Amino acid sequence: MYPKCKYALSGDRGVLIEVGNTISEAIHYKIRGLVYSIEQCPCNGIVELIPAYNSILLIYDPLLITYEKMVAYLKAIESSVHEIELPPSEIVHMPTLYGGEYGEDIGYVASYNNLTVEEVVQIHSNGLYLIYMLGFTPGFPYLGGMSDAISTPRLSAPREKITKGSVGIAGNQTGIYPIDSPGGWQLIGRTPIVLFDPNREPAVLLRSGQYISFDPIEKDEYDEISRAVSAGTYQVKKTIYVKGK
Amino acid sequence: MSHMKIIEPGLLTTFQDDGRKGYQQYGVPVAGAMDSFAMQLANILVGNHRNDVVLEITMKGPSIEFTAKTYIALTGGKCPVTLDGNSVNMYETVCVHKGSILKIGQVYEGFRVYLAVRGSFDLPKIMGSASTYLRGRIGGLEGDKLRVGAVLSIKEISKNRYFNLRKMPEEVIPVYDDSIDVKVILGPEDDSFTPEGMKTFLGNEYILTHQCDRMGYRLEGAKIEHREGADIISSGISLGAIQVPSHGEPIIMMADRQPTGGYAKIANVISCDISRLAQLKPGDKVRFSAVRIDEAHQMIKAQEQTLTDLAAYYEKNEIVVSERARIFSIRVKEKQYEVVVEEIK
Repeated sequence: MYPKCKYALSGDRGVLIEVGNTISEAIHYKIRGLVYSIEQCPCNGIVELIPAYNSILLIYDPLLITYEKMVAYLKAIESSVHEIELPPSEIVHMPTLYGGEYGEDIGYVASYNNLTVEEVVQIHSNGLYLIYMLGFTPGFPYLGGMSDAISTPRLSAPREKITKGSVGIAGNQTGIYPIDSPGGWQLIGRTPIVLFDPNREPAVLLRSGQYISFDPIEKDEYDEISRAVSAGTYQVKKTIYVKGK
Repeated sequence: MSHMKIIEPGLLTTFQDDGRKGYQQYGVPVAGAMDSFAMQLANILVGNHRNDVVLEITMKGPSIEFTAKTYIALTGGKCPVTLDGNSVNMYETVCVHKGSILKIGQVYEGFRVYLAVRGSFDLPKIMGSASTYLRGRIGGLEGDKLRVGAVLSIKEISKNRYFNLRKMPEEVIPVYDDSIDVKVILGPEDDSFTPEGMKTFLGNEYILTHQCDRMGYRLEGAKIEHREGADIISSGISLGAIQVPSHGEPIIMMADRQPTGGYAKIANVISCDISRLAQLKPGDKVRFSAVRIDEAHQMIKAQEQTLTDLAAYYEKNEIVVSERARIFSIRVKEKQYEVVVEEIK
């Protein structure tokens, strides 16, 4: 983490706020603090914020504020960010059916790492995964915190279509596909939870700063949750994250 | 409610407004009109709000039948347009009648044409915008480009306004060259490039390849040298950001860009030059020159002044008539007139 944020021009409507030059939880918390402080006391002319791993892109309206005034405002926010008490993080629980036709690469992930399929499920579902940012496709979470014991390279040739809800591994990352899309991740399971629905409010289920827990389920539970999700009666389980637990 | 029936959809015709704001943090692209200036001119010509939803037509236009009298305007790339077989002008309001058929031909200057209709289209807003985002299949008509047989609903507007036909002043109508100079703000990752690399970028002409769509433009030309590689930790991408992957050739990020990306951004096209960029076609040429942020902001203010002045000028000349008045269109010797008939007490 830099002792002080770096501010850079990102075109004539953007300020890129760089917090550090690595990916770390400490940098992520500072970003969350800055975003929270800006949202609590916004200044006129802010259009939107795009938090990422080590930076925030702030889009502003130059008809309402100059670049210099925007940076001065941001420096003031930064100087008091340590005083901010962030609301506790949530854990979003993703019921996940591992293996079989829902996660056809789990056998490869197991053999690549000299593990059994059961061990892969156990290691993957034991983790808590921090959502550093959303992007790539609507609602796609970039997650940190996967165990190296199950890291596996991407497929050599990407699949044309991966069903939404698929849970995959690529290198030392894990993730969930929010919409049907092409992709090269090793598929290990699927969740019936809908991460992105443009006609729902909010359209995107997840937020950066939340944690994801993958909770293993069986086929009958998967079908039951799927039906409830389609009927609009399923309540996604959320719990409070307590550090160190 | 009046409608437009699509007889021919054109090559790639979508609905666009000023896009989705506030959803990039969830991975949802902004979308919106590629040439936002032309879109605003079209809306002004029919008396709409400047950012109401319009049709964005790519390269070759649709044929459209109208089910009721209404007003339309065409702006952007220049192309032949006929109404019931008679040639009509772009950059001015056109009155269309029930059963009228509008045919929009092939663009010969620029690349994208905008069609606004008085009252605008009646479409649901998805995350604050009616813009079609094709990759995500959202917005517009079921997230798709226009298809044969589609029926577009037009919003009702108050009838007791006599609407003057509007004509855009010549000096406001953009000229779309196939070789353009584009102004940029350097950075945010200009320090990822060698001084030689910066010189290459600012000193050479780049050609737009066929890999160009609403998401981004791949350019071909002199290779730009990085200091230590092209990859950065993924960060937010502004409209007009110029990424340079390790192959050294620039990619300009356009309306449908993904919100974040991991290639170093050498510079960013200024807001006022995005519209001219949006009108380039494969094979066209671009040169880049750097400007300061205060210069770019001056240009944004000047453009905003032009647009507000135009809208105010037309509105001043608009006559509000009583509810009992009737407005007739009559045609005398190929010229069209609007006549207001009102009973005098």
